[in-house]
Amino acid sequence: MSRIGVFICHCGENISATVDCTKVCEATAKLKHVAYSTEYKYMCSDPGQSLVKEAIKKYNLTGVVVSACSPRMHEPTFRKACAEAGLNPFLCEMANLREHCSWVHEKNDSTTEKAIDIVRTLVEKVKHNEALQPIYVPVTKTALVIGGGIAGIQAALDIANCGHKVIMVEKSPSIGGHMSQLSETFPTLDCSQCILTPRMVEVYQHPNITLYTYAEVEGLEGFIGNFVAKIRKKAKSIDEKLCTGCGLCTTKCPQKKIPNEFEQNMGNRPAIYVPFPQAVPNKPVIDKEHCTYYIKGKCKVCEVVCPTKAIRFDQVDEILEVPVGAVVVSTGFDIKHADFFPEYGYGAYKNVIDGLQFERLASASGPTAGEILRPSDGKKPKNIVFVACAGSRDPAKGISYCSKICCMYTAKHAMLYKHKVHDGNAHVFYMDIRSAGKNYDEFVRRAIEEDHVNYIRGRVSTIYEKDDKLIVKGVDTLLGAQQVEIEADMVVLATAGIANSGAEELAQRLHISYDSHKFFAEAHPKLKPVETNTAGIFLAGACQNPKDIPDSVSQASGAAVKVAALFSQKELKRDPLIAKVNRMGPPMFSTCVGCFMCQSVCPYNAIEREDYKTRDGKIIKTVAKINEGLCQGCGTCVSLCRSKSIDLFGYTNKQVYTEVVALLNEYL
Amino acid sequence: MSDFEPKIVAFVCNWCTYAGADLTGTSRIKYASNVKIIRFPCTGRIDFMLLLKSFANGADGIIVSGCHPNDCHYTSGNFHAKRRWIMFKELMDFMGIDMNRITFSWVSAAEGAKWAEVVNSTVLRVKNLGPFVSYKQMINKSIEEEVSNE
Repeated sequence: MSRIGVFICHCGENISATVDCTKVCEATAKLKHVAYSTEYKYMCSDPGQSLVKEAIKKYNLTGVVVSACSPRMHEPTFRKACAEAGLNPFLCEMANLREHCSWVHEKNDSTTEKAIDIVRTLVEKVKHNEALQPIYVPVTKTALVIGGGIAGIQAALDIANCGHKVIMVEKSPSIGGHMSQLSETFPTLDCSQCILTPRMVEVYQHPNITLYTYAEVEGLEGFIGNFVAKIRKKAKSIDEKLCTGCGLCTTKCPQKKIPNEFEQNMGNRPAIYVPFPQAVPNKPVIDKEHCTYYIKGKCKVCEVVCPTKAIRFDQVDEILEVPVGAVVVSTGFDIKHADFFPEYGYGAYKNVIDGLQFERLASASGPTAGEILRPSDGKKPKNIVFVACAGSRDPAKGISYCSKICCMYTAKHAMLYKHKVHDGNAHVFYMDIRSAGKNYDEFVRRAIEEDHVNYIRGRVSTIYEKDDKLIVKGVDTLLGAQQVEIEADMVVLATAGIANSGAEELAQRLHISYDSHKFFAEAHPKLKPVETNTAGIFLAGACQNPKDIPDSVSQASGAAVKVAALFSQKELKRDPLIAKVNRMGPPMFSTCVGCFMCQSVCPYNAIEREDYKTRDGKIIKTVAKINEGLCQGCGTCVSLCRSKSIDLFGYTNKQVYTEVVALLNEYL
Repeated sequence: MSDFEPKIVAFVCNWCTYAGADLTGTSRIKYASNVKIIRFPCTGRIDFMLLLKSFANGADGIIVSGCHPNDCHYTSGNFHAKRRWIMFKELMDFMGIDMNRITFSWVSAAEGAKWAEVVNSTVLRVKNLGPFVSYKQMINKSIEEEVSNE
């Protein structure tokens, strides 16, 4: 006979403020088979857990219901506590009284009644829980890093330095990401290339890292420790082994007017190109969309001039399938582009540019060799306006969040401008200055006090062209909402940081969650900021939300430690909440009739055929069998099975039907 | 019918809607307390016979909710649920169950506010329909008939 213990947590006041915990405790104590019921202020604390452990021993409990927060939060905590007291951890269930009750309802009788209903449901369920043993699976000690920006580079190096193999996949022809486009970095004003390129080279030369550039992850199958990644290596149209990176082809290519993505379209590049001089690998690729040969069928100038005969026009995309044990997603971010700000003339006026374009103008390797010149006529702008929060914190435009990096880089831009154009005037329109970070606020103060950048608190309503000037109309809220009008030569918009264009598709391919802005979602906002909801997949950098370099690097190292911890285990322990096809003695063997509908719906190919044979090898019956290593416990086969021969541990038919009955019948 | 408080059972998947409902809590968005959640690993696991079981036990309304198409943690469970739902819906409609008593929705882990909206709109709809006693009576009656025939 079941002996169930119910432990009701107040969660400080989080639950007890709206739910009458004493009443819940009294009501549940009267339930059939409840041997013990108690309440405590913090059940997850050490004394709280001891309370559970002692009760298990004292009352010889066969099942435990902890009525506290979401099982997504503390189920592992309490299952572990039960195991320590000698109770099988799978005999512990959690009733979610916080997220699903006390936090979402007002304080009244019906809230307490709902709490009692929830606890009663779980009490009835736990009576049918079975003692289960964990499953052990092997680990492939190779990590996949998707995205070769600073976050991906850091994660790959950290994992590789722990002695594990890493496969890095980068979409563009070179690693380096947005950081390689930056001129100088805040708050130290050291050159971005100088600190980044040595790390890029380190990745390329590291014996534990395999780098695939110009490649994309097309799919990910399997589960933690045992994924198989499908990688498409796009045809670069060159033989990388033969190419020496001399660059002769890039200078002779007749196509020279293709907008250069690396320069944010402010310069041109040929059809066979290396994205930037410090690219890693420093070998060109042919852009098939613009190459004369691929368009018209003749040209082949590069093939003629190549001294090592490395050009391969007939190269095709290659698909690789690689086993990996863990994945770090570090695909970075993008910025809002033109057509989002018609009132600012972004995209319409040549001298209204975005922050990344300004980075290229200020960069020594940029299109102007580091001189700040207007894109329209190449003149030095004497009056420059920076607009912070262009799109960010603007729910009307669909972006409610703060892009985090703009305040700092706008201060940096204004400073760089003042250092390069000594007699120029820099104005910054801002909503608030958010400069939290080590030496960050000091940096902004320096821009204002030492470099005399004119900070104006207020928003810009419109920008229009008049002759060769840009008229910026805004408001100064610190001067009593006074109208401000500035005749500017150039305007830089700190446009909102947004998720990369392919983020949603990638999330779907990897089966990870994403938020309403398409940024990848962490498993817990505070305590699991690096993990995703899918075990074995971790996040690093700005693909989670806009982040600066120090934050991206720290998170990347965090993700690397998670991967290393995973790889430090010989075998992985997995919850045995998987499906099982019933078995019985001959002549039935199983109620399974062998229709194998389950096989066609299983997303993991976990359903096998098992033959029962006579002594002379004649098949009597073929029934389904679940491969325990492959089954992930979704239960789709269970609800599909026509003969009800499959059941799912943790969510058996008995359990879920009992839950329905218990939820709706108070007399139980 | 203003004092009628419907009993509504919600069958949700662990990865999207359960997490979304957790977010509703974390965001402290208030909603009607009539809805009680039963957690499943995936909408693919939700056996639609559970819906009939719920009505037979006195439920006035039902919510089934999982991950948006393409977002399923298990790749395709929500598609299987949706397909079976299309079939099952026709059956229930044929039986005379008012489809306004059932909500089938997608709520992701990021949509805390949407969960509150799904719950509140379902509660309101079911409140207007009144208690669903006819199904329970029908079940009890058929059992009685069976017994008397024997």
